[in-house]
Amino acid sequence: MKIVITASVDAITGSFDKRFGRAAWFCVFDDVLETYYFIENEHVAARTGAGTKAAEKMVALGVKKIISGDFGTKGMKILESFDVQMVIIHEEGLSVRNLLERLSNHKTNK
Amino acid sequence: MRIFSLDLYGNILIIIIKFAMPRPRTLRKVVAPPKFTGYRPYGTGEDSEKDSKEYIALFYEEYEAIKLADYDLMNHAEAAVLMGVSRSTFARIYEKARRKIAQAFVEVKEIRAVFGNAVLDKHWYVCNDCNARFTIPKNRKESLCAMCASDQIEFINK
Repeated sequence: MKIVITASVDAITGSFDKRFGRAAWFCVFDDVLETYYFIENEHVAARTGAGTKAAEKMVALGVKKIISGDFGTKGMKILESFDVQMVIIHEEGLSVRNLLERLSNHKTNK
Repeated sequence: MRIFSLDLYGNILIIIIKFAMPRPRTLRKVVAPPKFTGYRPYGTGEDSEKDSKEYIALFYEEYEAIKLADYDLMNHAEAAVLMGVSRSTFARIYEKARRKIAQAFVEVKEIRAVFGNAVLDKHWYVCNDCNARFTIPKNRKESLCAMCASDQIEFINK
């Protein structure tokens, strides 16, 4: 299953970005292969529709779970209709690595 | 002078729009749709299949109003906030629901659940172990936290 974590830089030590459509990078994590890679968000500075574009991109990639700090109404509607699970984390000062660790704990808990 | 007349036409237009077009209905939030599609009377001595074309359409928001007021025992003000309408609108929906049910009972009619003016509330959950908030898409069966796989999750209305 593909899981996306919104990130501000393209490294797992970088901080987790709490915005969905305006996050600079998306960390795509595969929980079966335990691999990850980063993709750039080209709509980060778009005047409007950043959330919609990002949501469309996620659907095209076949992502099943997205971890971010907040979702806009338009992006949320798209993700919901394609059965993508949305996760909201409100904690401050997290890095992408912290969240990846939590997700691998998820696997061992199961 | 010309400007004045334009303004006058503008006002007339607004008045026409106001009276000719009713305000659009605000959609009523419904947490969960009814788990049935209908209720049919039995033991009426008639062939119930025969008259099944005659039915009372109970809207989702009316079902929700009955549920909030008479099952969850909320007062109308609280229930109205939950459904995203004013207290008086809630009272109207609730009254309509009661009357529909009474009509179905007395006139021995079938009740069918109809979508109506409802908008289904999104399903958000919060994990009591790691405080993550998440949705569970319809196609997934598990009810575990999306981050830590804990089963200490609670339903919230975001």
